[in-house]
Amino acid sequence: METVLAIAIGILTGSGVWLLLRPRTFQLVIGLSLLAYAVNLFIFSIGGLAIDKEPILVDGVPPNLEHYTDPVPQALVLTAIVISFAMTALLLVIILASRGMTGTDHVDGTEP
Amino acid sequence: MSALIQGLMPHLLVAPILLPMLTAAAQLLLGEGRRPAKLLMGMVSALLGLAVSVILLVWVEENGVVAYLPGNWRAPFGIALAVDRLSAAMLVLTWTLGTCALSFASARWHRAGVHFHPMFQLQLMGLSGAFLTADVFNLFVFFEILLAASYGLLLHGSGKPRVRAGVHYVAVNLAASSLFLIGVSMIYGVTGTLNMAELSARLSGEAVPNRHLIDAGAAILAVAFMAKAAAWPLNFWLVPAYASATPPVAAVFAILTKVGIYAMVRLWTLMFAGGPLAGFGANALLAFGSITTLLAALGMLATHRLADQAAAGVVVSAGTLLAALGLGEQTVLGGAVFYLAGSTLAASAFFLLVDLVERWRAGATVVDEAPFLSATLEAQDVNLDDEEAPLVAVPFPASTALLGLAFVACALLVSGLPPLPTFIGKLGMLSAALAVREGSGAVPTRAWLFVGVLLGSGLLTLIALTRTGIRTFWSGMQREAPRVRAAEGLPVVALLAACGALTLAAGPVMEYALATAQSLYDRHGYIDAVLGAPVRLPATATEVRR
Repeated sequence: METVLAIAIGILTGSGVWLLLRPRTFQLVIGLSLLAYAVNLFIFSIGGLAIDKEPILVDGVPPNLEHYTDPVPQALVLTAIVISFAMTALLLVIILASRGMTGTDHVDGTEP
Repeated sequence: MSALIQGLMPHLLVAPILLPMLTAAAQLLLGEGRRPAKLLMGMVSALLGLAVSVILLVWVEENGVVAYLPGNWRAPFGIALAVDRLSAAMLVLTWTLGTCALSFASARWHRAGVHFHPMFQLQLMGLSGAFLTADVFNLFVFFEILLAASYGLLLHGSGKPRVRAGVHYVAVNLAASSLFLIGVSMIYGVTGTLNMAELSARLSGEAVPNRHLIDAGAAILAVAFMAKAAAWPLNFWLVPAYASATPPVAAVFAILTKVGIYAMVRLWTLMFAGGPLAGFGANALLAFGSITTLLAALGMLATHRLADQAAAGVVVSAGTLLAALGLGEQTVLGGAVFYLAGSTLAASAFFLLVDLVERWRAGATVVDEAPFLSATLEAQDVNLDDEEAPLVAVPFPASTALLGLAFVACALLVSGLPPLPTFIGKLGMLSAALAVREGSGAVPTRAWLFVGVLLGSGLLTLIALTRTGIRTFWSGMQREAPRVRAAEGLPVVALLAACGALTLAAGPVMEYALATAQSLYDRHGYIDAVLGAPVRLPATATEVRR
């Protein structure tokens, strides 16, 4: 599972960075979204991957990380998802405004 | 008074965050329109925030670091806020800038678009939160709050140049935020903590496991902070963005790059100032800081627009601070803290002044390009010619004198000439850098490099500003005297007066700055205060205990 996740994060990051370096605003938005997904998966994975383990304490099970998933990365990833989602929406608005005002979807607002 | 503060004290720490948040909410409820009411609320909030910041500064100076646990959980587990000398100084700076910029905006700029006032308050909230938090992940959250507000403020008033610069600004900062998260989660993955004090305590042990992962995480985090602090090569967005923002917004943005510097100083001194990881990345910081400073100084020389020069001046000061941190000496950092205060106030005043000057010049008849070469000069009969042109002395209107003198003060401040505070800060950094001795008793090459960068950038900025000053104030036609409103003139005067006060009180302020650097390098005060912050039991529980 670690390998699959690592490959997924790598592909998402690589695609995201490549798209980020492209000259069109649509590619920029998609690139930043992919990068955000990669980051979210990365945060999720830093607590260690565990199957069938809950982050919430259960009666009768000793409270240590042997028996539970680390809850902190899950809380972090929730925040990160919300923030990156909101920021992407904001960026879309700005990009639409830029498209309307400059008449082009080039990131510099002018065709080179 | 002091009894009241004593009673309020640990709770007063959240005031700089809660106050602007509640004000923004109330302003939103008022709806669009009702601007005088919103302005009044904003001003009250700004002045109260300034008062609270000053109270915190005095308190920290007397009682040391104070920590506060908003969720009432023991330190490494819950959210923690902490104020030390550096945070308190940054808070005072933030709210000073906020008050002055709001006053300036009240004259006309807050009418340029919708929802200026709530966004302005949220900006102040994000800044205060970033300076107060003692937790790396909350630092990220407050960074995002202040950035979200800054995106809105940057686009306030709309228009093609703003939107065009805004795309770059938002894209670069979003990418940097992703790096920030990667760095934070790597460090969490290795150390298992997000609390800065706990982090520092764990890293100061003898053997640090997975040290290379910590180094990598810290380096990624540093890239994110340096993008926000406008370090080369990730600073191309800054000059167009700041130069196209409305002036009061740019005046508050003057402290945004300093937030990046603040985060670097805070984390670097907590993680790498001592212990087994000491000095990590110092050479890189020095190199990036030096390159940033020199390139930004050259940029000032290359541009003719005053607003661009003001924005480049921000980059110069950020690069200088970065290089000072990279030198890794406590006394140099002390001078840097002094320089930080002076240069932030100066940059803010400069942005506001540029607006007044540009508006004044826009009323002039002559085309702005290269006045010494233009044919219209002769045609209009205003030359210093030998015989023909009567060089009649014209009485200087007070407002022209105000603008001119304010420009001189800004030029001195940005280039760091005596007697203003940036000079004293630079002097502090230079003398401390030259006092550094290697084993052989010689001043090391790194220190000489730093000295060269500091002096060279000062010279370049001085040349650039002198040139634009001559073009702006001496080479003009007989213009109408500028009309400066009180609401716009006073903030500029106030910011420059604050710089003057820093000069007059240089002794105590420098002592404060040196004490700040000392407490940053001696991390135990911070660690003990945050980890030892008492959990407050509810009244009933206390009674039960009795």
